[in-house]
Amino acid sequence: MKGRKHLLGLEELGREQIEQILDAAQSFKEVLERSIPKVPTLRGKTVANLFFEPSTRTRISFELAEKRLSADTVNFTASGSSVSKGESLKDTARNIEAMQVDMIVVRHSASGAPHFLARSLDCSVINAGDGTHEHPTQGLLDVFTVREHKGKIEGLKVVIVGDIAHSRVAASNIWGLTKLGARVVVCGPRTLLPIGIERLGVEATSDLDKALEGADVVNVLRIQLERQKSGLFPSIREYSRCFGLTRERLSAAREDVLVMHPGPINRGVEISQDVADGPFSVILEQVTNGVAVRMAVLYLLSGSEVEPKPE
Amino acid sequence: MTSRNTNSSGEPSRGGRGNKYDGGTLLLRNGRVVDPASGMDEKADVLVRDGVIDSVASGIAAEPGGRVMDLDGKLVVPGLIDMHVHLREPGREDEETIRSGGRAAAAGGFTAVACMANTQPAIDNAGMVRFVLNAAEKTSPVRVFCVAAGTVGLKGEAMTEIMDMRDAGAVAVSDDGKFIQNSEVARRVMEYCAMAGLPFISHCEDQYLSAGGVMHEGYWSTVLGLKGVPAAAEVAAVAREISLAELTGERVHIAHVSTGGAVELVRQAKRRGVPVTAETAPHYLVLTDKAVCGYDTSKKVNPPLRSEEDRERVLEGLKDGTIDVIASDHAPHCEEEKDVEFAAAAFGMIGLETTVGVAMTLLVRKGIVPLKDVIAAMTVKPASVLGIEGGTLAPGRRADITIIDPDLEWEVDPSKFASTSRNTPFKGMKLTGRVVATMVAGKLVYEA
Repeated sequence: MKGRKHLLGLEELGREQIEQILDAAQSFKEVLERSIPKVPTLRGKTVANLFFEPSTRTRISFELAEKRLSADTVNFTASGSSVSKGESLKDTARNIEAMQVDMIVVRHSASGAPHFLARSLDCSVINAGDGTHEHPTQGLLDVFTVREHKGKIEGLKVVIVGDIAHSRVAASNIWGLTKLGARVVVCGPRTLLPIGIERLGVEATSDLDKALEGADVVNVLRIQLERQKSGLFPSIREYSRCFGLTRERLSAAREDVLVMHPGPINRGVEISQDVADGPFSVILEQVTNGVAVRMAVLYLLSGSEVEPKPE
Repeated sequence: MTSRNTNSSGEPSRGGRGNKYDGGTLLLRNGRVVDPASGMDEKADVLVRDGVIDSVASGIAAEPGGRVMDLDGKLVVPGLIDMHVHLREPGREDEETIRSGGRAAAAGGFTAVACMANTQPAIDNAGMVRFVLNAAEKTSPVRVFCVAAGTVGLKGEAMTEIMDMRDAGAVAVSDDGKFIQNSEVARRVMEYCAMAGLPFISHCEDQYLSAGGVMHEGYWSTVLGLKGVPAAAEVAAVAREISLAELTGERVHIAHVSTGGAVELVRQAKRRGVPVTAETAPHYLVLTDKAVCGYDTSKKVNPPLRSEEDRERVLEGLKDGTIDVIASDHAPHCEEEKDVEFAAAAFGMIGLETTVGVAMTLLVRKGIVPLKDVIAAMTVKPASVLGIEGGTLAPGRRADITIIDPDLEWEVDPSKFASTSRNTPFKGMKLTGRVVATMVAGKLVYEA
C-alpha cells in the first residue's frame, strides 16, 4: 500500500495489497480488545466523513475507527447542508478541503463520485460506498471475517445471493474474493444479475439450492423494495420463496458454513430469522471487524509511520 | 411549392451562406485532388473564378493578378459537410452559437453543416427556421442548413408544420435527441416528409430500454456500476424505422449508428431496396465503452460508446457502404455540465474540429478505410442524403473547397478550439492530418 493515496475500489488492488490491509486489520483488532482501545497513529490528522447518502453502520464505523486512531473528525451529511441549496459535489468537497482536511471518507449515490473527488482534490479519498459501483471497506471486512474463521480464502466456495446488479457490496466482495483465490458463485433472479458478470471470474446462477451445495460461505444481500417498484421482480413474497435463505436450504451447504449479511436485514425476506440469528451467522462479527478494517485502511493511506505495535 | 436546391452555380435556394467572392481568380496548384463524386484522385490544379470552380486539370496557367496557392503534398477535396451538429442557438448561447459553431466548422474543414432542431425553443415552426437561417447568413462563415423538428417541442406528439418549414428553408426533419416513441405519430411524420420531399433523420433509441442508462450496457457498465443502455435500445428502434420507411416510402436516415445490430439491419434493408441511409460519428469508429473507465465524463455520449465488437461492425458498415455518412454529432456542453459526477453529466461530445484529424489518423493512415471513402462520407454522400448542393469539385459548382495537410502532426488542445465548448473525448491525442484551409464560394474562411 506504500505510496497509495486513495482507496476507490478493490478492483484496483492486487492480492498483496489486500493481504497487507487484512494483516494490519488483525493488529488493529487486537488494539480494539485492549482496555484503552486507542492508538496515536493519526494524531494531528483531520478526517472528514462526507455522507451524501443515508448510512448508520458505515458512518459510525468509520468515525469510531478514526477516533480509535486519534484523528480529528468532522462529519457532513447531505440533509440540511449546502447540498440542499444546490451546491455541487465538487464545490462542497473543495470547501471542506480548504479547511485543511487530510482525508475524506465519502459515501455517494453516484457511481464514480469518489473518483471525481480524487481527481478534483489534493487530499486522500476513501470510498465508503458509491452508487452501484463498490464499497471496498465492506468487501475488505467481509473477506477479513471469512479469513478469520477459515484461516484462508483460497479454494473456498462463496455464494453471494440477491440483487447482484445493484450491489456495491457484491462488487467489492467479488473483486476481493476472486483476487484471493476463492470460487465465487453469484445467485439471484436473472433481472438482478448484471450483463457480463461472468467476465469478473464468477459463476452466475438463478438456482439457489444448487448454488448452496458445498458452500463454505453464504453472503446474503439486502433486497431493496424499490427494485420491485421498477419492475425487476414481481413480488417480495415470490422473491423470498425463490431466493430467501432458510435453515432448510442452508443444509445443502457445508456443515461449517458461514452466513453473512452486510445489513440492514429484511428479516423473513432475504434471510429467515433463525438463520440470521443462528449458529452459522457471523453478521455481528462483521460489524466489529469493520472498525478494525477501516482503521487499517486509514492508517495505510495516511502514510503514518507510527506502527500499531501490540502492547 | 418552391423549387428545391439548385444544382447549378447559383446561390442555394435555402440554407446557404452568401459569401460573395472578392473577385479575380484563385489557382490551387499541385495538390492531390480527391473528388469521390467524379472518381478523381490525382495531382491537378483547380481554378476558381468568381467563387465558382472554373476548371480542374493539370497544368492550368495562372491568370494575371490572380492568387496562386501552391499545394504540393496537400489534399484538395470538396468542401466537407457535417450533416449532424448542434449549434445551441437559440437558448444555450453559453455553449455554442451559430457564429462560434460556424467558425469551429470552418476550422475543422467543413464548408457546410446541418444543425439539429433541439434548441430552446425547438426549431419546430417556420419562424424558427427563418431565425436560424438569418442568423447563419449574418454570422456564420460556413453554410448552415436547418433540420426542423418533426413534432412540436420534440415531444413526440403533435406533428409540426412540415410544409411551412420546408418552404422556409428546412432541408430535413428530425426530432434528434429523441426517438418518436409513438409509432403512429412517427408514421404520419414520415408521410408528411415524403410529401414535402424532405428526408427524415431518426435518432434511434427505445427510451424504455435506455431509461436511466448512462453508458453502454456490458462488461464495463458492470465493473463501473453505471446503468447501461443495451445495444437493443438502438437496434429495436432501427427495426421500426426500417418498417416505417417500407410502409411510407419515406427516405429515412438513421443518425449516429453505434451498434453492430443496427448496421446489419440497415444492410439488409438496403438490399431489399428500402430507402434508408445511415451515418455514424468518429467516436463510434475509434472509441469503445472501455474509455469510460475512470468515469471520464468527456466520454459520455448518447448513444453511448459501444463494445469493441460493435465498433468493428460499425467500421465494417462504413467500409462496405452500409453506413453512408460520417457526421460528428457535435454536441457542445459547458464545463459545469461535464465537471460533475458521471451520472449527472450531460451527454454529448464536440467533434467539428477533430473529425478530420481523427479520421485521417485512425482510419486513413492506418489503412483501415481508403481516403476516397472517408472523403465521400463527408462530401457527396451527405449532400445526396440532404439533397443539397455541394460535395463535389465539378466545374460550374460553387467553390466550396477544403485543403488538408495529410502529414501535419498536431495535438488536440481544446483551449485552442473555435467552438465555445471544450467537451472533446480526444483531448491530448496526437493526430496526423489537419485542415489547413477552408473556402466557401472561393473565399477563405479558415487558414491555418
